[in-house]
Amino acid sequence: MSSVLPATNRARRTRRRGTDSQTFLSSLPWIGPALLLILAIVVFPAGYMIYNSTRKISSVGTDLESAGLENFVTIFQDPVLPRVLLNTVLWVVSVVVITVLLSLVLAQFLNKPFPGRTIVRMAVIVPWAASVVMTTTVFYYGLDPNYGIFNHFFVQLGLMDEGYGWTKNAVPAIAVSVVVAIFVSIPFTTYTLLAGLQAIPQETLEAARVDGAGRWKTYLLVIIPQLRSALAVSMLINIINVFNNLPILKVMTGSIPGNSADTLMTYIFKVLQFDRRLDLSSALSVVNFAIVLVIVAIYVKTVKPMQEI
Amino acid sequence: MTFLVTEDRAAKKTVIGRMVVGFAVVIIFLIPYGMMLIGSLKTQSEILAIPPKYLPQDGAQFSNYITMWDTPETPVPYNLISTIVIAVFATLLVLLVATPAAYYTARFKFPGKMVFMFLVIVTQMLQPAVLTAGLFKQMLAWNLNDTWLAMILINAAFNLAFAVWIMHSFFAGVPRSIDEAAQIDGAGKLRVLFTINLPLVWPGIVTAVIFTFVSCWNEFAASLVILSTAENQPLSVALTKFVGQYSTAWQYVFGVSIVAIVPVIVLFALIEKRLIGGLAAGAVK
Repeated sequence: MSSVLPATNRARRTRRRGTDSQTFLSSLPWIGPALLLILAIVVFPAGYMIYNSTRKISSVGTDLESAGLENFVTIFQDPVLPRVLLNTVLWVVSVVVITVLLSLVLAQFLNKPFPGRTIVRMAVIVPWAASVVMTTTVFYYGLDPNYGIFNHFFVQLGLMDEGYGWTKNAVPAIAVSVVVAIFVSIPFTTYTLLAGLQAIPQETLEAARVDGAGRWKTYLLVIIPQLRSALAVSMLINIINVFNNLPILKVMTGSIPGNSADTLMTYIFKVLQFDRRLDLSSALSVVNFAIVLVIVAIYVKTVKPMQEI
Repeated sequence: MTFLVTEDRAAKKTVIGRMVVGFAVVIIFLIPYGMMLIGSLKTQSEILAIPPKYLPQDGAQFSNYITMWDTPETPVPYNLISTIVIAVFATLLVLLVATPAAYYTARFKFPGKMVFMFLVIVTQMLQPAVLTAGLFKQMLAWNLNDTWLAMILINAAFNLAFAVWIMHSFFAGVPRSIDEAAQIDGAGKLRVLFTINLPLVWPGIVTAVIFTFVSCWNEFAASLVILSTAENQPLSVALTKFVGQYSTAWQYVFGVSIVAIVPVIVLFALIEKRLIGGLAAGAVK
């Protein structure tokens, strides 16, 4: 009996306070491994990268000496940086805005009942599951000026006189990359908005109908405000994903010489892989990381994921 | 007012209209993968023919699926093995470390819990590409550069957050009174987790496992820099070597892509319904 009593007491206390309190030490066997993995492979390399951005590092990765802020001076004086940043902004804004608008429409559609809806939903998740590299290679192939099937189709439709080398120059290559990025971003975005739509109580829609609100008025004044949280999640996660996307531009614009088609991320990888400048790519990555952290901060502030815990 | 009508009141015309639109959506989303499949069945001269033909003219070349394993561009069988090894072990590692953490944070209060969950949320928003420069130098320093282990650790670390998050929400959904009843009967925490909670939250675990596996399977940026030996590279990196060549063996690129994509699509389809629940919680990305 004596061993049961404290347990029931604790159970009663727990019910009142919601959770069972533990010491940090007793939590370690449970959260320790996860904590260690995050500290060693996420937090440590972040700090190490910041440290490396202040060092001079040889092309084989040997740390030579302190460089102070020299690496940052070098990257900010780099004449290609303005073009790279402009490309990055255009890339992120166009992909995210168009993706969210199209996904709003698609989510609204997939929320309506009709026979075969499950098949349509399944088709929509395919680009989400498939490797982005592999999806992009098909577009790259289809856009080849000579043997590309998309080009051939456009010519047959009479839209063009002959195949066009979409992936040969910076501006059209970025434009078709935007299309691919939208294509692969729509599934996640649509599903997030669909989840948001399904959480809207049917009664509010009924109420709007009873009040005589029209279709657009209902959408703008009843549905959109209730989608706010889903919209915030999908926009912020898309901004981060698109901003940090490498494979699409790497495949689509990889054969274009120079940096006219680069975003910050593809530029970082060129400096890291081809120039073998670990110090400069670390400095660029630190700038990139700072931007990501700002977006994460906005995410934590607006979506408030910590409230769920 | 068609916008608000429910199923029973929808006119027949509306339903047919939706089906037509639905069919168009299916076509749009499947076209690239249809092109992949058809392209994988063409001969090399057909796939590079000017002007191109939509369908194979000499019959479907199923033999491509046998010959594609032996090409000069990249050792495809090794790349497939790398992809499998990295994805399987990273997923196992995630499962091993995320399950206890998710259970514990869903059930108990402890000092530092908020800090831990904050770390998890920030990690969830990051991806290997953001830290690749740091990870590359780190793996050089740790003598893990160009190893599967490096990519297993990286994939596990960056997918851990999602798994903790989604399993946390599933564990939180199990009534605490069930745990308490078992504890009163003298069961330890570990036994309560295994015998009482795991059977109840298995859908959450399956979702976490599949999502993690697919994400590791497709990882590209960090593998591109850290795995330099052709045999060690996963398919996502290996296939980019075909792009930009004078006469690319596209039929092989597409054949390998189909082999790599079909299994993950099937897996993803299995958790399609559960993703909606996870998305509402902001856990999936």
